[in-house]
Amino acid sequence: MPFLSGLKQNIMSNNIAVQIDDLTVAYNYKPVLWDIDLEIPEGVLMAIVGPNGAGKSTLIKSILGILKPIAGSVSIYGKPYDKQRSQVAYVPQKGSVDWDFPTTALDVVMMGTYGSLGWIKRPGQKEKKAALEALEKVGMLPFKNRQISQLSGGQQQRIFLARALVQNASIYFMDEPFQGVDATTEIAIINILKELRKAGKTVIVVHHDLQTVPEYFDWVTFLNVKKIATGPVKDIFNDDNLTKTYGINYKVSIQE
Amino acid sequence: MTSAQFEIQLIASLVAIACAIPGTFLVLRKMAMISDAISHSILPGIVIGFFITQDLNSPLLILLAAITGIITVVLVEYIQKTGLVKEDTAIGLVFPILFSIGVILIAKNANDVHLDVDAVLLGELAFAPFDRVLAFGVDLGPKSLWVIGSILIITIGLLIAFFKELKISTFDAGLAASLGFSPIGIHYGLMTMSSITTVGAFDAVGAILVVALMIAPAATAYLLTNDLKRMLLYSIGFGVFCALSGYWLAHGLDASIAGSITTMLGLVFLLVYLFAPNKGVLAVIYREKQQRTEVSLLTFLLHLKNHSEESERHVNHLNEHINWQKVRAKTVLDLALKNNMIQFDKNIVSLTTKGEAFTSQAIDYIITNEDGKIEHMKEDFFLFRG
Repeated sequence: MPFLSGLKQNIMSNNIAVQIDDLTVAYNYKPVLWDIDLEIPEGVLMAIVGPNGAGKSTLIKSILGILKPIAGSVSIYGKPYDKQRSQVAYVPQKGSVDWDFPTTALDVVMMGTYGSLGWIKRPGQKEKKAALEALEKVGMLPFKNRQISQLSGGQQQRIFLARALVQNASIYFMDEPFQGVDATTEIAIINILKELRKAGKTVIVVHHDLQTVPEYFDWVTFLNVKKIATGPVKDIFNDDNLTKTYGINYKVSIQE
Repeated sequence: MTSAQFEIQLIASLVAIACAIPGTFLVLRKMAMISDAISHSILPGIVIGFFITQDLNSPLLILLAAITGIITVVLVEYIQKTGLVKEDTAIGLVFPILFSIGVILIAKNANDVHLDVDAVLLGELAFAPFDRVLAFGVDLGPKSLWVIGSILIITIGLLIAFFKELKISTFDAGLAASLGFSPIGIHYGLMTMSSITTVGAFDAVGAILVVALMIAPAATAYLLTNDLKRMLLYSIGFGVFCALSGYWLAHGLDASIAGSITTMLGLVFLLVYLFAPNKGVLAVIYREKQQRTEVSLLTFLLHLKNHSEESERHVNHLNEHINWQKVRAKTVLDLALKNNMIQFDKNIVSLTTKGEAFTSQAIDYIITNEDGKIEHMKEDFFLFRG
């Protein structure tokens, strides 16, 4: 029944996954994010783009409660983040951790299950099985017992992705997952992100490479301390918004 | 061995274990210097506690000292957060000031009591068995043993309960926060435990040895393993080994026990630093040399494959053309011959079938950017390593 499925699709896409109202974040009195209002619909694969220092990572960290905003509120499916932790998975920047830490790829992926375990309880067979499946999905199963410093940059990024997958969340936040990875890994990662979207998940990615935005994403938010624009890539990814975000006469050749 | 000797070794071992556990996490969090700061700046806490209780083993004293330890950490972080000075500078500012307050307090008020700076800095393990716990006239053993034993039980209990939380907040504080594990809570929990352990241990072994027992075993273990649980076990093992061997070294030399234990810690670290199988200095030098030879070999084989003309493959030409020193050229040639990669025909070098196969595969991997696979390939082709 095309009508019904169409209706269902419509209802789905009308759900707001993340709602941000009047969010302001400052480091030492200097606003990094200023009065951000943003609605992210459920089921989109969204890029956050903007120049260095635009507050892209800060936005994600404030949504996840890692940074405390001075003003504003964030809700995930209508409730504060504290109540919705299990719905959300986070992939931090690769450089944010010490890869010489004495642990293995499998162990890092297992950390993704800690949230559902809560305090004190330890991961068991069930968690291990989930972690192995996630490793399989990102093609890293053969490396499960590798010490993490002995993995290449691309492999480390895949481990981070597997750690997010294992959380089995509804919304995925990723901070520059394509930073310093080779072309093969980039394709592998974007395919997994597209699969997530197909499964009805919402994926939000801090992204740097403007050339690939139309190819990879269906939704985009332009950010430079203030929100410049947000919406479907096909409607708003244009030179006008790029110029507003990046400064004078920024042009990018968008492939048709 | 007398019972006093046994008690001293038991106390030293328990102190070593109690220090190795928080020490492992301090090393991984790159906070080794914080333990140094804590060990010095808890002095005013101890002195004030001592004035109130007149008892060096009172729980109040441990509590006050632990609070001073936390104050140190908070002050360091506060100064650092202003962005005006760096963390190491902040540490260097805070702990001497707190320590000196302790020194002045002792000098002004405690001239005639059993508390002096030497005892605080160096401790005296040899006297530990003389200070005993008596209940209804029954001797229950040295006080130090009770103090450090209780601290150790709490430490182990907390470690087992919060191992997962400690691991995730040490490795990735951002993820820990997003999953709802308070990394700040864990941080201050660890700092509190480190302070309490320092106070409990330092009556027995002194401020300087406490730092050594926290940092040296963990740093040594770090060089030997890639697994956090093993790192903890190795730290404990090294700590206990150095405590016991240090004791007997002191016995033999008739020297300070604390000093001898610290010497052993330094010695063991040095040995591991030099000879550790993967991360040790010698292993690194050897590996680099081996890699150089292997890269040279690959260059050499590629050259042979690229040039079919005989003039390019004459032994003499190779020597001048590839421009290696004689020794290096000989090593590479020997390695290639030993592995059946090349053959000689009247001073003309050419690839064997095996050499051809190896080189083509290597080129494939290099072109497709899968350098990692070359490592595996070496295992298939190399009978002898350079």
